[in-house]
Amino acid sequence: MTTDTQMAPAELGESIITIDGLNKWYGQFHVLKDIDLDVKRGERIVICGPSGSGKSTLIRCINRLETHQEGSIVVDGIELTDDTKHINDIRREVGMVFQHFNLFPHLTVLENCTLAPIWVRKTPKREAEELAMQYLERVKIPEQANKYPGQLSGGQQQRVAIARSLCMNPRVMLFDEPTSALDPEMIAEVLDVMVGLAEDGMTMLCVTHEMGFARKVANRVIFMDGGQIVEQNEPEEFFNNPQNDRTQLFLSQILQH
Amino acid sequence: MADVKTFVPAPDRAPPSSAVGPIAWIRDNLFGSIGSSIATLVFFYLFFSYVPPFVEWALINANWTGSDRSVCEANAAGACWTFINVRLEQILFGLYFASNPDELWRPTLIFILFFALLLPLLFEKTPGKKWLTIALLGVFPVVFYFVVYGGYFGISQSNTTQWGGFLLTFALAFVGILLALPIGILLALGRRSELPVIRSICVIYIEFWRGTPLITILFMASVMLPLFFPAGVEFDKVVRAMIGITLFQSAYTAEAVRGGLAAIPKGQSEAAMALGLGYWRRTVFITLPQALKISIPSIVNTFIALFKDTSLVSIIGLLDLLNMAQTTARSMEWKGYDIEAFLFAGFVYWAFCYGMSRYSQNLERKLDTNRRN
Repeated sequence: MTTDTQMAPAELGESIITIDGLNKWYGQFHVLKDIDLDVKRGERIVICGPSGSGKSTLIRCINRLETHQEGSIVVDGIELTDDTKHINDIRREVGMVFQHFNLFPHLTVLENCTLAPIWVRKTPKREAEELAMQYLERVKIPEQANKYPGQLSGGQQQRVAIARSLCMNPRVMLFDEPTSALDPEMIAEVLDVMVGLAEDGMTMLCVTHEMGFARKVANRVIFMDGGQIVEQNEPEEFFNNPQNDRTQLFLSQILQH
Repeated sequence: MADVKTFVPAPDRAPPSSAVGPIAWIRDNLFGSIGSSIATLVFFYLFFSYVPPFVEWALINANWTGSDRSVCEANAAGACWTFINVRLEQILFGLYFASNPDELWRPTLIFILFFALLLPLLFEKTPGKKWLTIALLGVFPVVFYFVVYGGYFGISQSNTTQWGGFLLTFALAFVGILLALPIGILLALGRRSELPVIRSICVIYIEFWRGTPLITILFMASVMLPLFFPAGVEFDKVVRAMIGITLFQSAYTAEAVRGGLAAIPKGQSEAAMALGLGYWRRTVFITLPQALKISIPSIVNTFIALFKDTSLVSIIGLLDLLNMAQTTARSMEWKGYDIEAFLFAGFVYWAFCYGMSRYSQNLERKLDTNRRN
């Protein structure tokens, strides 16, 4: 990131994700408690909190990688139920970037990017490849298109993973700790790409502990603990004037060093 | 700002002469310790006391020509390959083709076709490999049926009870491998299914066939199966053996594939799900290719085991390569040359199994996308 100044506030549209009274259990363990969350089109949300607080589970519920037991999740006007067709309709519109990249190691970078457009969107192969090259250029690794993921560095792999999601033209991007598995010198290259996405108006939900990124990009920072949303606010307020003692403790712990 | 020093890496130096070269290699690898020296000496002692006499018997003094045992009896110090030479057609193609010299072109053509399709596939640069593979796996078995079994196009129908020798071994193993792989893959997927009914069916199938010895299955297929069908309905004995072998082999293949599927990280199917790919596309494009790659060694292991296990069809009176060689060596004409018969049969089994093993290793290397090149 080149500057510390905050981005201009996004032009917020209507709601794209509406979560209402969400509860989830892993067996006896109550992992998400009464979550209400409304995400507007173009909004950029950073979710932070201690490990085990349910933040990854929350965003994984949005594209149904996890099922919930109570409450409703509506994405782009479609409610998430057991109906496989609805689930795939939503997954098509919601991109996800994982902590461990999860690139397909047996496919080249280009094939990683074109697989879903060709088979899910039914884009002709040539068109899908052109699109993929556009996005690979955007994440600044077009020259790696014919290599396999195992030949790339962690930062490059994560940028491919972002390009792979973008190739589906998603309306929302979910980031699940995208920089936590990276070596320090590679974090910046991934964050740069994410900042660029935010500048283009992408709706983003990021689980991350990169507070510099949160300050610069987020419209809203959400702090979770014990499966609940403890506090949410604009970044300035959130960092300078946390309201809850749990938030204050967390911030003091991660900002100490 | 102070002057910034430029980092210059130190140049590499050659290793000292005591660490490289043949003498260093021998010292390090053969006589590195007392135990290693003893092992080396014992190995060389055993090698030189057994290998040269064997080579002398099997190759240097061996009898290759002639048409009856008198040649071998005149030179008893060497192996009697004359016997194999004279009875080659019977050992390779079985009684039916050996006793009908006019029909010998049929198995010969089939093996020429097989190798003509197979050998180009072993080279990386061959063009049109996809079509060759389809020809080998899809068209070749059909040609095999029409040419070897016959009954159409003026080709006389061969009597399968007189099929035998390597031709029978080959037919049983080829059908077993060809059918067991797709069935095994479906069983492995079924065993990991979230649907309890499908999972139970697959578990019961796999555990039943895997827990039963092949010899029992073959025996049941041959003796018991006809009891369940009305009189007059007759299954070909070879077909029954093929069914038995396929049932048995698919259970083993399924477990090998399941091992591969279990090794694929959950993140792979999650990433595919997140992209909107449904179950079958996730399986076909993402999990299965990776799982098969991982399970190549164990799948090929079961194939090699099957190839040799086909000799168990002797229990239902079929004479495969091994049993045909043995039977031939018990004929009045060639009595007493069992060692040559077993060595020859063993060599043919070994050549094919070693070929499969090497091919699988090549395949593993070729599919390894983690190499940094």
